[in-house]
Amino acid sequence: MNAAGNWVALKTIVRREVHRILRIWGQTLVPPAITMTLYFVIFGKMIGSRIGQMDGLPYIDFIVPGLIMMSVIQNSYGNIVSSFFGSKFQRFVEEMLVAPTPNWVILTGYVLGAVTRGLMVGAIVLIVAMCFTSLKLQHPLITLVTLLLTSVVFAFAGFINAMYAKKFDDIAIVPTFVLTPLTYLGGVFYSVSLLPPFWQGVSHFNPILYMVNAFRYGLLGVSDVGIGTAMGLMLVFALVLGAFSMHLLQRGTGLRS
Amino acid sequence: MSTAALEVADLRKTYDNGVEALKGISLSVAQGDFFALLGPNGAGKSTLIGSICTLVTPSSGSIRIFGHDLAREREAALGCVGVVPQELNFNQFERPFDIIVNQAGFYGIARAEAKVRAEKYLRQLSLWDKAFTISRTLSGGMKRRLMIARAIVHEPRLLILDEPTAGVDIEIRRSMWQFVSEINRAGTTVVLTTHYLEEAEQLCRNIAIVDKGLIVENTSMRTLLSQLDRETFVLDLAAPCQQIPDSVGVHLRRLDENTLEVDVPKGTALNQLFADLSAGGIQVRSLRNKSNRLEELFLNLVERSQGAAA
Repeated sequence: MNAAGNWVALKTIVRREVHRILRIWGQTLVPPAITMTLYFVIFGKMIGSRIGQMDGLPYIDFIVPGLIMMSVIQNSYGNIVSSFFGSKFQRFVEEMLVAPTPNWVILTGYVLGAVTRGLMVGAIVLIVAMCFTSLKLQHPLITLVTLLLTSVVFAFAGFINAMYAKKFDDIAIVPTFVLTPLTYLGGVFYSVSLLPPFWQGVSHFNPILYMVNAFRYGLLGVSDVGIGTAMGLMLVFALVLGAFSMHLLQRGTGLRS
Repeated sequence: MSTAALEVADLRKTYDNGVEALKGISLSVAQGDFFALLGPNGAGKSTLIGSICTLVTPSSGSIRIFGHDLAREREAALGCVGVVPQELNFNQFERPFDIIVNQAGFYGIARAEAKVRAEKYLRQLSLWDKAFTISRTLSGGMKRRLMIARAIVHEPRLLILDEPTAGVDIEIRRSMWQFVSEINRAGTTVVLTTHYLEEAEQLCRNIAIVDKGLIVENTSMRTLLSQLDRETFVLDLAAPCQQIPDSVGVHLRRLDENTLEVDVPKGTALNQLFADLSAGGIQVRSLRNKSNRLEELFLNLVERSQGAAA
């Protein structure tokens, strides 16, 4: 197809993804709002008032970036993994596979859908946070780039998961046993400087630590890691996972026999 | 000579589990043809169709669609093909209108034009009143028609129908065939697989029979049917017949007291048959040709192929 045809195909995939997010809003947009409200009430207000300050900030302010990132990560990943696996399971992925839509258009369309949901949920959580505290954005560009890169990284990761998945259990294992522990241990609720040196070292192998801290730097101006390192790592992750996703799609892993 | 609509050359496919589904299939479908691809279950038909629409990756061989090599010019080749698969493969939670418009989008057709075409084809397939209902709620026949509308929204030059009427009642089957015949008359090449052999006999001009991954027959329908050396007629009797009189000179089979069946060598005048029946006191009210001709040939060819393999 020519460039105009590819553009139409890309818009079709993105529109279908966004339509799906809005159609099942009770599953996609409402749960993060409720969960994060509970986090802010319990950890921010009730427990946070007794914790005092973290890295020189009120505790509720400190956890806002981490909670936004947690939502973005979970929703970017969750959107693409359930949507793409669903299309495999119901076999309507074949609609695209038998058409002249190039693989890069399919991948880009699904990733943009996942990023859209990540950003929508991120915005919802930010609005919820504003009900509990007031924040002054420190570095808008870093905030935006971190948000987008994180969302893209986990969209690719979710896509890879969906490509390999053969049953619904396969799309639940990674979020439950990998993503959730890494997120909770990625400095969402605490500064890694509070940990003993050994565990501080271990924490630096957790990629989510860099994402949460880069975002916290953008939003609040404080971070446990170097921003350049964090940005570089996110970019590398995005490129590697993106290339691998494309490789799987070209090979037709789990799609073509 | 014009380019073939579909040219398959020495196509082989061995799956990862070792099953050799295609063992060197070669066939050619001319532009504008209505082509039947028949074979028993597991013969390799779906693997062949899957290879043509890239859902199956062949182990070797080549496929050309209107001259475009599928391996090297994938997008140009696929742009010419529309597929109606055997299994339902649309999003059951989407509305038929959206399914059709999205499918057009995957072929690069702008949304405004896609909407016009979606309405046109949903109307032609009598689905317009269901266009905005959730497709999960459609009946089996409607779902089949929806897949036809989806397959033709980009107005393909080659339409492949993989058992599109499986489980569909006769009225809907007839209306579907009428629609597909009209498309074919308008110039679209049609490749059909079906287990309803009388449909293939009525609709198709050329035929290939596949068995165990090989083509066992590839000829025109007329040539194939001319191989039959006899015809079978069903006779509805004016009065019940309890026993067939010995005096009747032809071999009759009694299906029930009001119906007989008779095999007549091809080319034989029927006057003698009626004379013999009259002489035996059998009064015939009506006569019809038993439409199992292709079925008989099909079974012979498959049995011969299986006998050769054994």
